[in-house]
Amino acid sequence: MSTTPVKFYQVGSFAVGNRLLPAAAGSVQSDMERTNALTSGHRACQGCGEALGARYAMDAAMRAANDKVIAVNATGCLEVFSTPYPESSWRIAWLHSLFGNAPAVATGVAAALRAKGRTEVRVIGQGGDGATVDIGFGPLSGMFERNDDVLYICYDNEAYMNTGVQRSGATPAAARTATTQAVGPEPGNVFGQGKNVPRIAMAHEIPYVATATVADLRDLEAKVARAMEFRGARYLHVLVPCPLGWGSQSCDTVKIARLATQSGLFPVFEAERGEVVSSTPIRQRVMVEEYLKLQGRYSHLFSPKRRDDVIDRLQAAADRNIKRYNLMPEEAGDL
Amino acid sequence: MFKQVEGSRAVAEAVAACRPEVICAYPISPQTHIVEGLSRIVKEGKLGTCEFVNVESEFAAMSVAIGASATGARTYTATASQGLLYMVEAVYNASGLGLPIVMTVANRAIGAPINIWNDHSDSMSQRDSGWIQIFAETNQEAADLHVQAFRIAEELSLPVMVCMDGFILTHASERVDIPEQEQVDSFLKPYVPRQVLDPDNPVSIGAMVGPEAFTEVRYMAHMKTLSALELIPQVAKDFQEIFQRDSGGLIRGYHSEDAETVVIALGSILGTIKDVIDDQRENGVSIGALGIITYRPFPFDAVREALRNAKRVVIIEKALSVGIGGVVAQDIRHALSGLEIHQYTVIAGLGGRPITKASLSDLFDKAVVDDIRGLTFLDLDQELVDAEMKREAGQS
Repeated sequence: MSTTPVKFYQVGSFAVGNRLLPAAAGSVQSDMERTNALTSGHRACQGCGEALGARYAMDAAMRAANDKVIAVNATGCLEVFSTPYPESSWRIAWLHSLFGNAPAVATGVAAALRAKGRTEVRVIGQGGDGATVDIGFGPLSGMFERNDDVLYICYDNEAYMNTGVQRSGATPAAARTATTQAVGPEPGNVFGQGKNVPRIAMAHEIPYVATATVADLRDLEAKVARAMEFRGARYLHVLVPCPLGWGSQSCDTVKIARLATQSGLFPVFEAERGEVVSSTPIRQRVMVEEYLKLQGRYSHLFSPKRRDDVIDRLQAAADRNIKRYNLMPEEAGDL
Repeated sequence: MFKQVEGSRAVAEAVAACRPEVICAYPISPQTHIVEGLSRIVKEGKLGTCEFVNVESEFAAMSVAIGASATGARTYTATASQGLLYMVEAVYNASGLGLPIVMTVANRAIGAPINIWNDHSDSMSQRDSGWIQIFAETNQEAADLHVQAFRIAEELSLPVMVCMDGFILTHASERVDIPEQEQVDSFLKPYVPRQVLDPDNPVSIGAMVGPEAFTEVRYMAHMKTLSALELIPQVAKDFQEIFQRDSGGLIRGYHSEDAETVVIALGSILGTIKDVIDDQRENGVSIGALGIITYRPFPFDAVREALRNAKRVVIIEKALSVGIGGVVAQDIRHALSGLEIHQYTVIAGLGGRPITKASLSDLFDKAVVDDIRGLTFLDLDQELVDAEMKREAGQS
């Protein structure tokens, strides 16, 4: 399959439809074969990136595992919007225990399945960035270190959205949250903090680590499928814009995720046993400003006074990613 | 089979005889020898496909247990003290989800100041957690209670905490009749989960419940837990039929029926108490003891009935509720409400302080003539207290 025609048609567009892709490369939203593991009727906000990401990730996992999946969910938006008693949007075996223990609960599920000889059943742990990067980080690292047979998926919307948009260890510099407000000389989240969990996962030398976004659902599905080819601990970090927390239009969720990758702020790559094995090149590079200006959480960088100093620092971070992950291989010499 | 073994080893072998499928643990004194023993039994292949998971914290230990139990595996873990506190959020979650996990608590004090020795502060902190709590008096009973605990847990689909005194029991070597595999197999059938995570019959477990149903969920949990008061004596009776020994149940009296003074306690201290009672009864003192085996759910009716003829009760507590005093004493007071029975609370054995026969003898001498305050700290070193008070006053 050649990607050249796709690149040609997509120049200048962030919303190319399936109609411009070869049938085999198009993502399928509605299909009789699709499991709809996270089915309709849930209570996510309009334009929720996490709902979109979870739906595609879980259906891809179901395909890879012949529908033999048990999911463990951390507390957070995904849990709250999907299972208000007596309703549930999950059409899979699903367990929610606590905010900070989803990786350990998933380990327990995997251990029980192994003890019972049911290794055809696969285990997925999932949670938001708060559950993954912060409160559940100890159990996550423990699950990685023991190489437990779990695929853990983090849906990263870069703050505690369920509790009202507070800063997490995944909140980017300069972003406004309810606990990093846009006031004072350095408005928003401070520079020089935060955790890069994909890299920390790689440091455990687990079989597979990858990043993805809801801008490229086909890529997300492919990475889940690839992750399911391995046994042992695997980690998938998916960027999922949150209209509520990011102060963006519901219709811009996919566009913003795409700008995150095309600016270099969110590198999309795969790693095996601690080494990066591939990265997705930027197709049409944009400056970080294009990404920032669509989001209310960065509005203090543009008004009342434009903060070029801050924008430049964010641009530098994006440039560093481009170099580090070789996101613009054709221009590698120029950066 | 009789063996001269450490209490921890006896418990490890009794748990192994229950054929657990997943064991997970994080080391903490004085629980360590139990899980060391089990890890070896698993590694030797004696438990078939049983998984032993070395986790990174007690919070993870209980979380792994939750995942394993929800997937239908018979699941065991053990902890103590700070470890129990570290897993508290998951402890409540396990009972809320109705998962029949069995956990040993090798009772130990809680810091600060850090202290590794025995008292009951850890278990008592979890009396409201929705777990069934049973206390072992001897190593024989500790071993036996684990076998009964799996039966109780699985019949009710509720978690059970088996409490045994750290060091005093866990590290004491004595003769124990280790439950035989054949006997355990006839007593404890394979685990049939009430609800299980299974892709072939998918269910959502752990949904969010709002104000419209939360009270009802709690009410049902309460009623189910209370039903253990009927089940536990039945399980103890079944156990006796198969193993030919008396272990478990709700309470156990010792010359308590006709005694004017009844000493109430939990756990291993009952042995020393009984020795003192023997001596005093020889001298014609009307004194007996009542051991509380099942602490949660609290056997109000059984306790009230057992103490109906007493003139006074002395409650020996290995825990302190700072700001009020006794923990068990409050439940006893509730059980005896309306009865003319004097009640004395004695805080004893905190942080491993030995509770000696001599101290108990002096205490009972005073108690039987009501020459005792409502709340007593046994063997309190008043000189040390005064010196520290003086030092603090000097600093300020």
